[in-house]
Amino acid sequence: MDLHSLDYGPIWLTLQLATVTMVILLIIGTPIAWWLANTCSKIRVGIEAVVALPLVLPPTVLGFYLLIMLGPNGWIGGPIQTLTGSPLSFTFAGLVFASTLYSLPFVVQPLQSNFESIGKAPIETASSLGASKWDAFFSVILPLSRRGYLTATVLGFAHTLGEFGVVLMVGGNIPGKTKVISIEIYDRVEVMEYAQAHLLSAVLLLFSFLVLVMVYAINKKLPVHVS
Amino acid sequence: MTTFIKANFKVNYQDFNFDIDLQLPASGITVVFGPSGSGKTTLLRCLAGFEKSGRLEIAGEVWQDKNKFLPANERAIGMVFQESRLFPHLKVRENLLYGYKRTPVDSRKLHLDRVIRVLALENLLERGIQKLSGGEKQRVALGRALLTSPKLLLMDEPLAGLDTQKKVEIIPFIRKIEQELSIPIIYVTHSMSEVLQLVDTMVILKEGKIMKSGPIEKVFSDIHLRDAIGDEHSGAILDTIVLEHDIEFGITRLDFMGQVLSVPLQRIAPGEGLRVHIHSKDVSLATQPPEGLTSVLNILRTKVKKIGKNVGYSVDIELDAGRSLLATITRKSLSNLNLQPGQSIYALIKAIRMVHENENL
Repeated sequence: MDLHSLDYGPIWLTLQLATVTMVILLIIGTPIAWWLANTCSKIRVGIEAVVALPLVLPPTVLGFYLLIMLGPNGWIGGPIQTLTGSPLSFTFAGLVFASTLYSLPFVVQPLQSNFESIGKAPIETASSLGASKWDAFFSVILPLSRRGYLTATVLGFAHTLGEFGVVLMVGGNIPGKTKVISIEIYDRVEVMEYAQAHLLSAVLLLFSFLVLVMVYAINKKLPVHVS
Repeated sequence: MTTFIKANFKVNYQDFNFDIDLQLPASGITVVFGPSGSGKTTLLRCLAGFEKSGRLEIAGEVWQDKNKFLPANERAIGMVFQESRLFPHLKVRENLLYGYKRTPVDSRKLHLDRVIRVLALENLLERGIQKLSGGEKQRVALGRALLTSPKLLLMDEPLAGLDTQKKVEIIPFIRKIEQELSIPIIYVTHSMSEVLQLVDTMVILKEGKIMKSGPIEKVFSDIHLRDAIGDEHSGAILDTIVLEHDIEFGITRLDFMGQVLSVPLQRIAPGEGLRVHIHSKDVSLATQPPEGLTSVLNILRTKVKKIGKNVGYSVDIELDAGRSLLATITRKSLSNLNLQPGQSIYALIKAIRMVHENENL
């Protein structure tokens, strides 16, 4: 395999997309997971179902709706176009938006079960010791959630790396903007360039494997949960 | 007795109505006793600020009512939980300082070195939580709560998970906290024997209501005590003073309201107090002074105060010996002796249980 002939563009783009998506997912996934873990609200079931939808929906269906939503006449794409002059479909920002939705359950679900297993006791203990809710979250819940966050990050990141259907529908295939690895591999196979497809696939495979090994190794060293 | 806590809580769960009206003193140890499901923990949760309900006034300051709710983190209350609830990601020292750091500087009255000394924590400071025994965990949890300089300490069955040996380790510390640091304590338990040596004020809960509350001598000499705490511990708690030791016979004599009680030799100096528990079933009655006729050493002159209701073949009698004493006799004996309130009677006490730090667990 010749590494010099490899087009690094799609690889960088993929890593960028997965990183940005993960950062956004951790920021919005945390409050959603916390709320789901602690609420007694009646709409909880509905929200849980919405969060889980990308798990069961064919990516092309999700991609199709997103394409319409983010397009020049969509609820989101329309206003964005009036503001910035271009819609969200077929842009990197659009891809980030789509990936965030698509990978949401992979981040929210591990975090939610992590928060549920921690329970209310540590936060009540912390508040009996004078910590406000925010303080208690950052000083007690977050450190106790390291395993949960690690799992969520890896699942979310890996899932974003490998997505295909949604990206194809929303982002198309624009080099440097929306052409990620999975699409590049598809392209190579289409034009019978198996060597390139092999190389890219091997990179993705090796990368995923190494990440998982790292995760399990770290996971083993982390202190145990609340005793 | 200055009233420190005035509480009035109402909490309704599906099949549990918690409704209490409680006033507690500013000092000493209050034990809240009751079977599981009686609302003990709910009471602590209300005091700590985890349940929004009713009204709470502490030292003249309203902490919660219809218009106000002081959140848990702003209450000067320390809490010790059954499962210690130490933070596993922090070492002992960091656990101890967690609340201290969050206490405003001018409210800090207790500092690390003092708490370490009182609770004997010197050798644990740099340890991880996983390396502590159950008893050590509870001592650290106690220290962590104390370092917030609380005005009131709540303890939710802090000894429930420990074996007898470990309990013996902790109990002296609890008394020390109350005496040396003068922090009133509310102590919740379902085990009566665990705390007889600690309790000053007793609150007995049943099905979300208060059955009895008041100073321990009063609660334990109430003729209806049996209904509230069951047969096992029914009987008076008396505070006596050590008079002298009789080395020859291996006996310590105690002064109880001007009369003398003898117990096995105690290693307590004359003049010091000793709390004893006299089970009602260990007390017999005689209308004539039985001196010289019985092997029973402890005979008190008393008066019949109240005659309780019949329970099967037996009946409880409340006696006045300066303080109240309870006796359980058969209904047949009651009829034979023809006891009437006000009548003089001799109480023959077959057994006296010492209630101090290392016994009665």
